[in-house]
Amino acid sequence: MSEKRSYVVVHDTHYTYEHPVGLSRQIVHLTPRVTSWQECRAHALNVTPQPEILARSVDVFGNPLTSLCIEADHDSLFVRAESWVEVTARDYPPDAKTAPWDEVRARLAYQAGRKPHAADLEAARFLFESTRVRNKRELAAWTSACFPPGRPVLEGVRALMNRIHTELKFDPTATTVSTPVMEVFERRRGVCQDFAHLMLSCLRSIGLAARYVSGYLLTRPPPGRKRLVGADASHAWVSVYCLEHGWVDADPTNGVFPSLEHVTLGWGRDYDDVIPLRGVLLGGGDHELEIKVTVAPASDYEAIFGEPSPLLPRS
Amino acid sequence: MPRHLLSDYVPQPSRYDEMVDDIQIPRPHWRAFLSHLAALPAETMLRRNQFVQDAIASDGVTYNVYADPKGASRPWELDLLPLILPVDEWRQISSAVAQRARLLDAVLGDLYGPQKLLAEGLIPPALVFGQRSFLWPAHGIVPPGGVSMHVYAADLARSPDGRWWVLADRTRGPSGAGYALQNRMTLSRAFPDAFRELQVEQLAPFFRELQDSLYRLSPTRGEAPLAVLLTPGPFNETYFEHSFLARYLGFPLVEGQDLIVRGASVYLKTLRGLRRVHAILRRLDDDYCDPVELRADSALGIPGLLHAVRAGNVLLANALGSAVLETGAFAGFYPALNERLFGEKLEMPSIATWWCGEAPALEYVIAHLDELVIKPAYPSMRMEPLFGHTLDSASRARLVDRMRNQPHAYVAQEWVRLSHAPTWGSEDESVVSKAAALRVFAVATPNGYTVMPGALTRVAPHEGDVVSMQSGGSSKDTWVLAGRPVARIPLRRPRLGVEDVAKSVVDIASRVGENLFWMGRYAERCEGLARLLRAALVRIADAAPEAEPALRSLTKVSERLELLSDEKDEVHASAEAAFVAAVVDPEVPGGLAANVLRLHSCANQVRERMSTDNWHVFNRLPQRLPGKAATVSSALASLDEVMLACVSLAGFAMDDMTRDESWHFLLLGRRLERLAHVAAMVVHVLGLAPDEREDALEWLLEAANSIVTFRARYRRAPELLPVLHLVVFDESNPHSVAFQLRELSLSIERTAAELGREVSGDLLGPLVRELRGARLEGFEPEEGAALEAACEELAHLLRRAERSAYGLSDELQRRFFSHAGTPAPLGHGTVRRPSEAMKAETPK
Repeated sequence: MSEKRSYVVVHDTHYTYEHPVGLSRQIVHLTPRVTSWQECRAHALNVTPQPEILARSVDVFGNPLTSLCIEADHDSLFVRAESWVEVTARDYPPDAKTAPWDEVRARLAYQAGRKPHAADLEAARFLFESTRVRNKRELAAWTSACFPPGRPVLEGVRALMNRIHTELKFDPTATTVSTPVMEVFERRRGVCQDFAHLMLSCLRSIGLAARYVSGYLLTRPPPGRKRLVGADASHAWVSVYCLEHGWVDADPTNGVFPSLEHVTLGWGRDYDDVIPLRGVLLGGGDHELEIKVTVAPASDYEAIFGEPSPLLPRS
Repeated sequence: MPRHLLSDYVPQPSRYDEMVDDIQIPRPHWRAFLSHLAALPAETMLRRNQFVQDAIASDGVTYNVYADPKGASRPWELDLLPLILPVDEWRQISSAVAQRARLLDAVLGDLYGPQKLLAEGLIPPALVFGQRSFLWPAHGIVPPGGVSMHVYAADLARSPDGRWWVLADRTRGPSGAGYALQNRMTLSRAFPDAFRELQVEQLAPFFRELQDSLYRLSPTRGEAPLAVLLTPGPFNETYFEHSFLARYLGFPLVEGQDLIVRGASVYLKTLRGLRRVHAILRRLDDDYCDPVELRADSALGIPGLLHAVRAGNVLLANALGSAVLETGAFAGFYPALNERLFGEKLEMPSIATWWCGEAPALEYVIAHLDELVIKPAYPSMRMEPLFGHTLDSASRARLVDRMRNQPHAYVAQEWVRLSHAPTWGSEDESVVSKAAALRVFAVATPNGYTVMPGALTRVAPHEGDVVSMQSGGSSKDTWVLAGRPVARIPLRRPRLGVEDVAKSVVDIASRVGENLFWMGRYAERCEGLARLLRAALVRIADAAPEAEPALRSLTKVSERLELLSDEKDEVHASAEAAFVAAVVDPEVPGGLAANVLRLHSCANQVRERMSTDNWHVFNRLPQRLPGKAATVSSALASLDEVMLACVSLAGFAMDDMTRDESWHFLLLGRRLERLAHVAAMVVHVLGLAPDEREDALEWLLEAANSIVTFRARYRRAPELLPVLHLVVFDESNPHSVAFQLRELSLSIERTAAELGREVSGDLLGPLVRELRGARLEGFEPEEGAALEAACEELAHLLRRAERSAYGLSDELQRRFFSHAGTPAPLGHGTVRRPSEAMKAETPK
């Protein structure tokens, strides 16, 4: 029986607008995806003002998706996503047991007359450039140090993850949501989103398939301090295709292979496919955005929030 | 053509010539046309060429060239000589194009559906997943009737051995069919006899098929179908075609902001409210169609469109994401795909194409670079085609390096030697031979694809094999000889009954009303400014000492109206230069030239609503301004021209325009602007020092277009009281403030009632009553405190009138134009606030 952890994640998004908004359409990626290592036991998405339309579906990459539309005048938008998830420890294959990375690359390359394996074809969705991921010679050169010929793919991934983790500085002031990945590479600093996009760019530049994972990370309060509401943030890492070993997650921001402390929302080619909340307004003028994320071990919820979670069963 | 023209014709060696064979004997299908031309007197060709050029100018056929920094619309280029093809050859072309359209439609349906062609290894994933134009959000959408590609075009070329090849596929919603139709309309008039005698196939049925196809496939759920043509706007290179086709097909021409998604349906904003749209023929790039799910920075799209498409409530032609097949990289895979899907060989080959993503292909391409043209596999790469034989060794090495790094991003194509066709060279009045290629169009029908019997033939600008309108090429009408009598079919929809005629109230897009409103405002502003500036320049030209005081007051008032540039540089130092600049310099923001350009741009946006004659007046307006090098006399001359144009527009609006709902907005715009302008002028005149005021009265009457009435009525020099009475209080003077207030108040009420809408608050009523009740005795004394108090009181009232005019403008904007409950920005009719993308969270 593998080890399990249970979390409640509360993710608040609050927009306030300078002028009234007459029409607002949003698509929301704030519902945790169910995977072989993660269960979503309960979930609630509350929107104020009440939307005229609120439709749940699954996006093209298999992630839960909610579309909403507010047609009445409003001057703020508040979205609270609250999820109770259970995460199971993942078994990572020993690095040396994974296929040589060049074999993975060869399997993913097109060859006339060869029928691709279904999983390889699926992986090919994450093999090429996308809006925020570049395929560049200089990245390929930088990456090749971690991937000498014949090296098992996971060994290479670990080396690359560690290289990014050590050579780049975590610096929330260095980049914005729209900083291009090559600028991150040049300046060697950024936040988790930048680290993830850089690692994706490196892997795809050498012909490996890799996807962007959106989620949360359990953070540790400073020693002696209690966990605070809203002290956390959305997190992002990557997942690499390793043939029969499937997709293996790697977190270059923290230099770890995610397991019990990462909560997954969903994945795509890059951030743009899984933006927590994106949309368009008519009117509104300038606006302000406030985000509060809390990742709480389910057992600590009441101590942190001072009240029982509406999602958890009363004990 | 007259004999000597043909005898001088020199076909290009080693190319196929469309008109003559190897020994310069005309091909059989050209003979009838040539003998027709031979019978014409020599100067007739010149006249007909002139006719073609004039027709293009007067129909306003344009093509915008992006490279042009001013985005200027360039006149469309149409060659005097058609390209002629015999019917048996056409049958082969037509059948091959229909076959290819069927294949591409099936491939699109698969890529956005089950993707079995990828699973079978028949298409490389790189060409699909590696392309920006493959839209994942559109995956899984089944278009109405299963048709993804409603309109298709193939670019065809003929090689020296006479065989036809496909050069490129246009799958996104190809441009050119409208230009082909326009070419036909022009050329069939240039050669009416030959056109009839040669029994040329008609184009009209093709467009009827297009109409029928969209109406039939659209999810109307029992409603009368409403189809619209969606354009990115007047700055798009083929905007002329959008507006021309919209008119021809009877579809409203709309921009993204004319449409709104409510619930899961698309609506057209009309002056009467929202109307459901069932089909959208789009000329807007896939990426830009919906900022919620596609490019977030697109201000041209319709937020929520994908949601409505997914719900099956609207037909998009072509389906979103169809651009993915525009790349040449697929060409090499089509023969096998057609075998797999339909068990048939392709009737017409693509020119030899190598996608470098396959290792053997890459090696071949590198070894044969000299004979090949290298192109991007992904059209979003923005790379010009490179002709291998033109590269020096350094650039060749760079290219090879790039190709080896990202082989899947490159395609090599055989360098095709295009066939040549006779082209009229107007410089030396002779016929020269130039490279040509065809764009052939197909439309989806219940019985498969129907091909337009004709084409847009494009001709290379100089020597060379690049045919592109962007790089300055010309075009030709394409005559397919039917070889049998051809029925002349005008494009007609089902005949209308009495009932249809009786209730033929057309819903008018809010934007049309909005643009007419601003057109009215700008036309009036131009006219008002022109009168004021003329008053100044006439006095400057006179240089009479007694005109000096008037000119001084005029300069002061003009400055307060922000009519003169506030740059106190040398150029504008003298009053003379400043006034001339206000006429001709578009960089003086409040000046005439700037406003003429705004007027032109508004008119351009409602062009489909104007008669040709009326459009001419607008279209030539900016050219009437002599430019910065103007003198006083040339500026005066152009003022007269602008005024004449404005007056004729006013006459057109009163006499010729149908008085539908949008017409009222044109008139409202005029009245509102006149109210604001006259009120502002009088306010500033009243604000002058008492002795200066008297000097201003004569020009004020001129500027308010009331001098003739004044003279007729009073037969004496202007005095303050009668001038104010005439210009402000007299409700019988169509240029007075009181007249505008009364008329505006009435027509707003009428318009709102007619449209079944409400306008909040009576902004003007109180002003009308106050003006009526005002006592004019205060203006009797020649000077003194009582007079000054009266002046101040009136100025205050007029300032309120001016403000009310602008308030009213906002109210109209909100009620009738934007439909979103939020006012659009003030001041510029053509600048609208687009939907905005929101800031997004950054994961840490």
